[in-house]
Order: sequence, then C-alpha cells, then structure tokens
Amino acid sequence: MTAERPIGEDDLHAYVDGHLPPERRAAVEAYLSSQKDAAEQVAAYVQHRDALRRRLAAKASEPIPARLRIANVMADSRPHSLRGWKNMAAAAAWLLVGSAIGAAGHAWITSGTTPAQQPQQVAQDAIAAYLTYVTETAHPVEVGANQEAHLVQWLSRRLGKPILAPNLNAQGFHLIGGRLLPAEASPAALFMYEDEQGKRLTLYARSGGGEEPTAFRFEAKGDVAAFSWIDKDLSYVITGRTDRATLLTIAEAIYKQMETRAPISKDKL
Amino acid sequence: MDEIAALLEPLIPSLRRHAWALLRDSEAADDLVQDTLERAISRWHSRRRDGGLKAWLFAIQHNLFVDRIRQQKRRGIHVGTDALSELTIPQPEQEDHVGLQDVLSALDSLSEEQRSVILLIGVEDLSYEEAAKTLAIPVGTVMSRLSRARERMRRYMETGRTTVLRRVK
Repeated sequence: MTAERPIGEDDLHAYVDGHLPPERRAAVEAYLSSQKDAAEQVAAYVQHRDALRRRLAAKASEPIPARLRIANVMADSRPHSLRGWKNMAAAAAWLLVGSAIGAAGHAWITSGTTPAQQPQQVAQDAIAAYLTYVTETAHPVEVGANQEAHLVQWLSRRLGKPILAPNLNAQGFHLIGGRLLPAEASPAALFMYEDEQGKRLTLYARSGGGEEPTAFRFEAKGDVAAFSWIDKDLSYVITGRTDRATLLTIAEAIYKQMETRAPISKDKL
Repeated sequence: MDEIAALLEPLIPSLRRHAWALLRDSEAADDLVQDTLERAISRWHSRRRDGGLKAWLFAIQHNLFVDRIRQQKRRGIHVGTDALSELTIPQPEQEDHVGLQDVLSALDSLSEEQRSVILLIGVEDLSYEEAAKTLAIPVGTVMSRLSRARERMRRYMETGRTTVLRRVK
C-alpha cells in the first residue's frame, strides 16, 4: 500500500456489495490477502448475505397473486384503509362503530343496497350462459386471456365490484377469456376456461347475494353440473360437463383464491 | 395504465419478498404490497422522476410498514419491547433445512432498523444512496447500521445463540 486512503469499514461493505470501482476493489483485495481477520469477516458477510438471498429467493419467484396485478389493484382501490393508517382517530372511531353495529348493521346495509336474489335463479342463468357459449368456436369470449388485465378491470367496473379471474392451471384449465352478460339488477361476468382436451368450464359472477359466505350449492341440468356460492356480496357459479367431485375441487380452489383478496367490505360502507 | 403496470409490475416480486421478510406472513405481506401499490398509483403523477422508481416504491412500503407497526402498538396489541418481536417469529416451512433457517433467526436477532438496511442492500440490491432515500436517513447512518447489522448477524451465526437479545428502545 502506498499513499492510498486507508481501508475503512465502508470499503469492506462496499466490497461485499460489489459497489467498489475496480481500483479500490483491487486495493481492498490486496488488503484482505494480508489481513486474516478482516478476510474472515468479509467472507462471513458474503456467506450470510448469500444465505439470506437464497432463503428469500422462493418468495420472489412465486407467481404474483392476481390481486397484486396493477389492473386489479386499480379496480380494487381501498383509499379508506390508507387514510385509516394516517388517521388513527378515524380508524378508532370506525372500530367503535363497527363493533356497536356489528352483524345486524351489516345485514341491514347489504340488504338495503342489493336486492335479494334467488340462488337458484343465478345458477339457472349461469347454466344457460354456459350452454350458449361453450359450444361457440368462433367467438366463445369477447375479450381474450391475452388481455386478462383489461378484461378483469372492465368486468370489475361493470359489476361495480372487484372481481378476479382465478388461476386454474393447477386444475388443468387455462383462462381463454371472458364476457359481459345481461342479468337482473346489474350485469354478470363470465370467465371461460379450457383444458388440454378442449373441455370447457365457465365461472359466472354477479353482484348481490349478501356479504356472508354460503356453502356450495349443487345444481345439475342434463349432463351439466354447477356449483354456486355467495361471498362478499358476489354470487358465483362454476359450470361444466364434469363429475361432481371434480367440479367441487375446482369450486373450492376458486373460493380459496377469492378469499386471498383482502376484505373490502368495511370500505364499501 | 399500461405504462404504470409496465413499470410497477416488474418490481412486485421484490416488494413481496421484502414485505415477507419483514412480516413473515404471506397474507399480511401481500396486504402490505397491495397498499403500497395503491398508494404508488394514487401518487403516480407526483412522483419525482429523477429519484429512481425502486427507491420510491420501497420508501412507500417502508413507511406503510412503520405505520402499521405503530398502529398495532396503539391498538394495544402486545408487540414486545421490540416492535417486531411478535411479527417475526420464524415459521418453519417444508423446504427449510437447518442452516437456512438459521439465517432467518439471525435476521430476527437484529433491530427493525438494522433488518431493513440489511434486506434492502443485501437482498434487494439497493445502492447505499437508494437505501438512504428509502429510509429517509443519511448515507452515513445507512453505513453504520449496515456495519452493526452484519457484525451482529455474524456473531449470531458463529455462536449459534438461541436466546435473542433484543435491543430495548
């Protein structure tokens, strides 16, 4: 070493992090080759940093959940929760109001804004939509899966509720797209899925039904099976020409994916 | 919207990893990321173009994280002498083997401030300047925290201490 700046801790960390210019890097390497303790220290830092990166790597390579897609985040904006963080007084007031009103208030509000619908009617409409569109080869969907973000945003806006297109890859089905359908009070959304053999499923969703999740309800028409349920004031129906057990597995997978969405009910009030 | 998505989505894996490393709960971590993205979108047009998108996003997430910790404290949930002790109990997962699990325990032995620095620099590859911007502290403070954090982690890894001494603020 000549008249160079003496090696500092900052140099050692910058060396570990690869932030040193080549000259300084060479100086640090020369220093480390003669300083056993510092060399061990640096080797340990590198080793621990790498171990930490490896340990956390899986999280960064996971597929991004649908609710974190920017289009879905925009559709599912929750400004109240953000304001609540800043303003504890408001948040505390909400908690008090929430616990005072409780479930009764909730029921009153939901029944006041959405007409009660017959679950059976919803399932019938969904099966009709399935029968109409699954046989379609030229135009099975209005918007294809290649524009999934746009599709989800559009349907969310028209339903007036954040909705997502569940990922059914694990069940062997991929999204081919979706469309908007007329329904009683507000429009309905229809997502269509297809498997390797070209077998199709539809997920029908429309606003209404109540906040509280219900059990799965089975419906059949000929060889077409459907499971319907209600969650967060959306009525869902999964329909397909498949056996009951398989369809139930798919319904459960969809329900689970919808549940991973953060609760939005209190912000709607 | 497409422009926003094109710029933000590539950074989501990093935000999720960072949030999970801080919270150790997948749901809570994704909630934090979702709030981060919402805030980023709502402030998109007022962001500084020169400051670097990554540091800006991590700064939003860091602030929301700190707010959340404070909020939980004020709500009266017991969070211990270190604000994070309740939140960072490592949860064993199938793919862990002993050596890897130790790294997370070592991470838990750090203060929240040290943990943020070591994660932003060592895992998320932020420069020292970006980390300083993210945490709103001078670069010199970043360096001293990094130095203390790495030394503490090394001691932990070498002694294999199981009882963690938490700094009382």
